[in-house]
Amino acid sequence: MSTDTIEPDMMEPDTAEKIATIPIGDIDVARPSLYQKDTIGLFFDRLRKEEPVHYCRESYVGPYWSITKFNDIMAVETNHKVFSSEAKLGGIAIQDMHSVEGALELEMFIAMDPPKHDQQRKAVSPAVAPSNLLLLEPTIRERACQILDDLPVGEDIDWVDKVSIELTTMTLATLFDFPWEERRKLTRWSDITTAAPETGIVESYEARRQELIECAMYFKGLWDQRVNEEPKNDLISIMAHSPATQNMPFLEFLGNLLLLIVGGNDTTRNSISGGVLALNQNPDEYRKLNDDPSLIASMVPEIIRWQTPLTHMRRTALQDWEIGGKQIRKGEKVVMWYLSGNRDDTVIDRADQFIIDRQNPRHHLSFGFGIHRCMGNRLAELQLRIVWEEIHKRFRKIEVTGEPERLLSNFVRGITKLPVRLHAR
Amino acid sequence: MVKVTFVSSDGTRREVAVAEGETAREAALFNNVPGIDGDCGGVCACATCHVHVDPAWIDRVGRLEQGNAEAELLQFAEGANEYSRLACQIPMLTKLEGLILHVPEQQY
Repeated sequence: MSTDTIEPDMMEPDTAEKIATIPIGDIDVARPSLYQKDTIGLFFDRLRKEEPVHYCRESYVGPYWSITKFNDIMAVETNHKVFSSEAKLGGIAIQDMHSVEGALELEMFIAMDPPKHDQQRKAVSPAVAPSNLLLLEPTIRERACQILDDLPVGEDIDWVDKVSIELTTMTLATLFDFPWEERRKLTRWSDITTAAPETGIVESYEARRQELIECAMYFKGLWDQRVNEEPKNDLISIMAHSPATQNMPFLEFLGNLLLLIVGGNDTTRNSISGGVLALNQNPDEYRKLNDDPSLIASMVPEIIRWQTPLTHMRRTALQDWEIGGKQIRKGEKVVMWYLSGNRDDTVIDRADQFIIDRQNPRHHLSFGFGIHRCMGNRLAELQLRIVWEEIHKRFRKIEVTGEPERLLSNFVRGITKLPVRLHAR
Repeated sequence: MVKVTFVSSDGTRREVAVAEGETAREAALFNNVPGIDGDCGGVCACATCHVHVDPAWIDRVGRLEQGNAEAELLQFAEGANEYSRLACQIPMLTKLEGLILHVPEQQY
């Protein structure tokens, strides 16, 4: 997502004392720099306490409503008849999906309302259904082992580059049975799918269009190959052989395929990094994990809550609607801040603490709820579970040895660099 | 208390009881019946408390109403069929004493 179009404001309040004195009406949680500095939590704490449904009149993405409490987010999320995801109204992120000439608009069901959303999701979802994932698990595990076995013990490495990106890319390549040596193409295509020129990832919309056409041709080749082979368990083969998808227009196929890639890329990558960081910041929890690796089952959803890899989803009001005592008008932009709802201590016990043996760890907002709930949620958990099981067998500790660097984005809560040293078991 | 039996995909039967008016989801979670996740907290928003109502019971429980929120969610669930319901949407009334619910292999 393109987010870093504004200059970071050097005067921006960045201490708890200063943030506490800003007039509530002036708070603008869209500013990407708040996420890079990781001061955003202090702003959301104030909104939840003082004005949980908050209107920001002016920002670089225009005016918008912030929904910051768990139950209000749930109410918006489950009311898709009033709160639309439609791309033409702006779509699902705080920054509008613009129709830019030459941009090659991809049709993805995450940014559609029923009934079209329902048909497309139903067609694609069997590919990541739990029964299919079980068939892929041995290969995902084997490849994860390979990556972890190749890591140098006792040296300073960047966990993001060496492990998080590598593991996520490897899983995507496994899911698609993508040519192994060319797997970083998947990472690249994921990055450009959501990129605008100002992010520096692509030079121009025309350049992006060219790369997406290359991507389309590549997948066309894989599709033609799979359609002529016996059905297999990979996502392309499933889509090529399933009656619901085999006659899908090609651009729809490509849009849905890219949605699967994008959905599984940044999110998983940052959860893998975020887990290491959280355990280092909470040594008692790290000790618990080392004493009892069966806690990985509840730690995985807790990592996903704690990291909240996508900070928000956005909707557009189709009619006037009251929420939390505030009147939202037809056409207004409504942002559900998952990152804030996941710290709402009126719903989640000790929400500001990372606790790997929580009683009800899946009661979090990171996957969203309702008809747009993350389709890959079980896949995400499966990947993280495998990673942590295999880490536990090999390493006593992944020690964070320097300051993490964070992504300048109000959408992807990303860690771009995490220096670590590995300690063998 | 109202009794309900959950049958796992491997055939294991667990009879549990819950206070009248609680839902079948609570009956499972309060009694540690495996296979019912109920991620959303019981507000019909996630479809991770999917059950197949035993065919003998489906008319007393009531079938899914096409177009409502429960049906909207279940259309995306793995293995959903004409006996599918969300346990959070089944209040355990005395008329359901002895209800039998089948738990799918995995929630999605």
